[in-house]
Order: sequence, then structure tokens, then C-alpha cells
Amino acid sequence: MNLFDQFGPPVLPSDIEPLRTRVRAFLADWSPTCPPEKRALSWMGFDADFSRSLGAMGWLGLSIPKQYGGHDASPFERFVVSEELLAAGAPVTAHWIADRQSAPLILRHGTEAQKQRYLPPICAGEMYFCIGMSEPASGSDLASVRTKADRQPDGSWLLNGRKVWTTNADRCHAMIALVRTDPASERHAGLSQIIVDLTLPGVMVRPIKDLSGHEHFNEVTFDNVRLDADALIGVEGDGWAQATSELAFERSGPERFLSAMTLFSCLVGAIGPTPDARQAMEIGRLAAWLISLRSMSVSLTAQLAAGQDPVWGASCVKDLGTGYEQDTVEVAVRLIDSLPPGEQKTTTRKVLAITQSMAPSFSLRGGTREILRGILARGLGVR
Amino acid sequence: MRNLLQDSIERLLADAVTPDLLRAAEAGVWSADLWAEIEALGLPLAAVPEDLGGTGASWTDIFVVIRACGSAAAPVPLPEAILANSLLATAGLKPPESGPTVFATGSADAPLADIPWGRHARWLALHDASAGRIALHSLSGAQITADFNVAGEPRDIITLASGSLVFDAATSMAADHVMLAAAMLRSAQMAGALGRLTELSADYANERVQFGRPIGKFQAVQQQLAVLATHTASAVAASEAAFLMARPGAHFLTAASAKAVSGEAAGKGAGIAHAVFGAIGFTHEHSLHFLTRRLWAWRAEYGSDALWAERLGQTIAAAGDDGLWPLVTGAFAEAPTHG
Repeated sequence: MNLFDQFGPPVLPSDIEPLRTRVRAFLADWSPTCPPEKRALSWMGFDADFSRSLGAMGWLGLSIPKQYGGHDASPFERFVVSEELLAAGAPVTAHWIADRQSAPLILRHGTEAQKQRYLPPICAGEMYFCIGMSEPASGSDLASVRTKADRQPDGSWLLNGRKVWTTNADRCHAMIALVRTDPASERHAGLSQIIVDLTLPGVMVRPIKDLSGHEHFNEVTFDNVRLDADALIGVEGDGWAQATSELAFERSGPERFLSAMTLFSCLVGAIGPTPDARQAMEIGRLAAWLISLRSMSVSLTAQLAAGQDPVWGASCVKDLGTGYEQDTVEVAVRLIDSLPPGEQKTTTRKVLAITQSMAPSFSLRGGTREILRGILARGLGVR
Repeated sequence: MRNLLQDSIERLLADAVTPDLLRAAEAGVWSADLWAEIEALGLPLAAVPEDLGGTGASWTDIFVVIRACGSAAAPVPLPEAILANSLLATAGLKPPESGPTVFATGSADAPLADIPWGRHARWLALHDASAGRIALHSLSGAQITADFNVAGEPRDIITLASGSLVFDAATSMAADHVMLAAAMLRSAQMAGALGRLTELSADYANERVQFGRPIGKFQAVQQQLAVLATHTASAVAASEAAFLMARPGAHFLTAASAKAVSGEAAGKGAGIAHAVFGAIGFTHEHSLHFLTRRLWAWRAEYGSDALWAERLGQTIAAAGDDGLWPLVTGAFAEAPTHG
């Protein structure tokens, strides 16, 4: 079955390790300043100063050409920097979407003016993007979006509608939104991607508290927001194809299996060097899956580096990886009583509470588990 | 090399391994013709360096051969022979040109249990870790008690005849090396069998009609097939990492992970395939069980997922919270120059 050939030998280029060493040294200096309870937020932790310092180190916009402030680096370098940041629980959410998704999209589909305007500040860790996909009546059924941008006689756009569950909209500079630009269209046709400056009049951002009381996601209302003609990115009417073309990047990366890494690490520390059989089996099983998921992700990174688009394999990583993250919570719940009393147990308990509260979102964000499995089944020729 | 190996083994097994051959093998018939063709291709000596009479393929290349054996449920000890011959070669010994040669660990003086295909093998590569030696023994004259795994594959108890030693050599190979290498083989076989199961299950879901439409139209079935596929992918990826690192002293983390993950995937995957096929797949006449029973058997052999998980857990706990991530990234950090 050729589909599984997407998972070849997980070979990282041998010259990548010095980069890993540099990132690790940087994180070793930073780590004492950030308690485990903050690191537990993983890529939901926001720290603009931290993002700017990564930009200064040259670790943002790695895949972007130098002429736009990037570094012309390979997907492997981006993989290594990403996994090191995530494993350490670094607060990367400020720049995460812009670096992972918006910059590659602008590079691929944007005009020269758009590239000049947006890419350098993204690579510097100074400009943050969010993605406007879901709407009150469009969750998994994304093709039903109704937010509309109407072309005005002078070429500008008039934007009306509402996006919801938009992560970090309250702290980002801009949104790339999927909107309907052809009022007569239905489903996947007639959709376009536009860049919305979130400081414009008529944009209202309302944070939505999640079940733990955190405010990561938002409702964003557009009330007659007037956008310049060059707000359109790419081709009018090609929004669906553009938005789905980067899915392999979005779904195959280490953020799909490292969201609970701080919890795993705390657990290992609290268990200590001589685990009992049950503890050893539980954490060993997590390690086996982690090593294997990382193998999957490295294989797919090699595919991306070779110019392939392993979107089916990426869905495998996201489905299994988010399940693994949620499993980490399960394991911690089962083992918490067995931990020797002390500071590490107290910390692990706090980190567990935070991770547990976020865990349901792991298999919702970026495409639900059920949608992914539908995509996987279609790839098998079933449907 | 990899593509060449893959083409030749897949073509050979696709033609030769029929349900009739599998039934005959289970009834005790040795697949002599198939084995002769495999030897003609030089496959049992694939991991042996050229100066010792082999082809010198890397384990990364050999992965596709082992996976193909699993996919076809090949009723011959090719994975075992490849490992046995490579063990001999590691100690500088020249493996026999014609086998099958299988492997075991322990002392030549005591009965050796669970020897794969022992009754059909001609030679045994024996690693005696306490004596620090690797030996080639002849199995002619050996006392053999027939035993089987749950798939009906021979797993015999062997007492070597006196004077069975052909030659031996000193080795510093770690006591668990053979078990890890064998666990890696079984992982790849499970990856292969799961791949075939995924294919067969998807095809069947498209053909079988209930409630007026193919059962593959039902989301409940689609979701199950997706889980089968993701677990197959995990077994493939975990095994690839293990084969990439297959050399003494380097392969504990990846081989143990591969066996743990593939074993879990095997249990889940076989269950899903049986759910998709329903009652017909539970019959002896249907050939589904040639794959699912092997998945059950291979999951249990050379350490279950629980055994390897526990050993991994001990290693991780010893490394501590600061050592956890370096250990994970070090599991397959560097590509070997040669398998």
C-alpha cells in the first residue's frame, strides 16, 4: 500500500545537530525564568518578548527567503527549532501561527507588496497573525462560511460577518480569514482569503473564556469593515484550495504530539530513578509512542523537504499525536497517587490540572478527530 | 538496493504464497520450493558483508524484505535466517550458503525453547551471552519437540546432538542484543501484516453491501478503518526507526519502541479487521486469519508491548526529567554508515 510509503526512514541531516545544541543552550538560560505551570500551556503560552528574542536569534521565518527577512533554511531546521521549543514548553503562541502558516501562505500566494509588508516583521517576531476559519454556524463544515467581503466600485472590500474560536485574535495584529467573495456561490466555490488588519474600525474582538477560565480564543465581529483592494491574498475564488494546501505543514509538525510534554517530563521527575513496574510500564509506553510519532513526523518532514505534499500522512500524525497527548493526561491521572510526596508531586498535580483542562481541545483545533478520520478513510479509497 | 529488494521479494511472495500453501504449511508441510527460490535470490544472506559471502545490504534496505514477509504471511523463516546469518557474520564467522539457519540464545547444553521453524532448519546460530560466544550448530540429529505459536507457525523445543558444534567465535555482544533484533523483525512483520489488513479491509468495506449500500459508506466503519490505518502507519514508522538504528549498542530505544507500538497496533488492528469482515472473517475457510493470528503471535514473541514498555520506562526514569527529551531525540539522531 503506497500510502504508507510516506513514512520512510526517519533520517535527519547530520549537520542539523549544532542548531539543536544552540537552541537548547538558549532554552537552558531561559527555562529557570519560567515555572512548569506556565510551560504547561505549551504553544498556548503568550510572550511577545520571547517571540522577539527568537526572531533576533534567527529562528523565525526559517523557510522564508532572506530577502524578506527569513533564512532560506530547510524544513528540517524548522522542525528541530520547533520541537526543541515545544519540548521545553516555551511560550511560542504569539508568533506560532504567523511563522507556521501565514508567512508560507503569503510567500506562496501574496503579491510582492504583501511580502514586503508582512514577511519581515513576522520573521522578526514582531507581527502576529491569527486564522479566521470557524463561524457560529460553520465549525467542522467549513465550506458553509457566510462571512462575506463585497468588492466595492473602487476595488476596496466591505467585510461583514463573524468568526469564532479564533485563537489569539485579541493579541494579534492581523487575521487571514476565509470569506465568501462571490455572494451567489455555494460550498467550496466563491471563497477567498483576505488579510484583515484587526485595528480597523468595525472590527470587534471579544475574548471567550475556555472551561479553565483562560482566554485564548475569541469571537471576532466584522461590521462594515472597509479593507483596501490589496487585502485579498492569492486568487479570488481560490480560497478553499489555498487554505487546504498547507495542511501537511499544519498537521504533521511536532506541536501535534508535544502539547503535553511538560506533564510527561514532570511525571518522570516525580517518579524518580527507581520506578515500580506499573510506573515504568506507563511512562515507557508513552516514550515508545513519542519516539514513534517523532519518527513519523521526521519522515514527513523529509517528504516536505523533497517538495512532496504528504497530507494523508500528516492526518495520521495529528490523529495519533493528539490521542497520545490526551493519553499522557490519562497516564498522569492513573499514576498521581503513586508519586512520592514532595514538591515534585505538588508541581505535577498542578501541571496535570492545566494540561487536563486543555486536553479536549487537542483533538478539536485544526480539524477534529472525526473529520481527520474521514479524510484518512477517503485516502484508503473508502467513501 | 531497497527498491530492488522490495520488487523481487514482493513479486516472489505474491506468486508463491497462496492460501493453499499456507494451509499446507500449517499442516506441517515445509515450503521447500519457496525456500529454494528465496535462497536463489541470496536473501537469507542479505545482512552479511560481501567478504563473508553475503550481499551487504543495510538494515534500512532489509526492512522492506521483512515487511514483505509479514504482509504475505510467508511460511518460511526468512526474517530469522537473515538475523541468524548476520549474528554469525558479526562474530566474523562465514554463514552456511544453504539453510535455513535460525537463531537462539542460551547454552548448547540445555533444551532451547521457542525456536522458530526449528524442525525445518538445518543450522542454528546460538548466542551464549554468559560464555561470550556465538556458535554455529548443525541441527542434524537434534532432538526436536514440536510446538507452535497461536498462528500455527513452528516454535520448537530443541536439544542439540552431541558434536553439533560446527564452529564458534568469541563475541562481546550484549545479552539482550538478539532479543532486541528479533523484536525489531517482528515489528516489521507486524507492520507488513497490518498494511495488508488495511488494504483488504478497505476493499471489503467497498464491496460488502448491507442496508442497501457498501458498508464503507457508513461513518462508523470509515472511522474504524482510519484507526486501523493510523496504527499501521505507526508500526511502519516505528519499525523504520528501529531498522535505521539496527546495530549493537544503538538500537534499544528504537527497537523497544517499535515492538511496543507495533504490538499495540497489532492488537487494535486485528480487532478492527475482524469487525469490518464480520462473521465471514472468523471462519477457517476465509484467509483473514492467516494475518490476524500472526499479528497475535508476533505481538507476543520476543517481548510483548508491556515488557518493552516497562524496560523503556526504567531507562527513562533513570535518565530523569532532564534526560527525557535528550533521550528521545537521541533515539535516532544519527544515520548509520552501514547496517
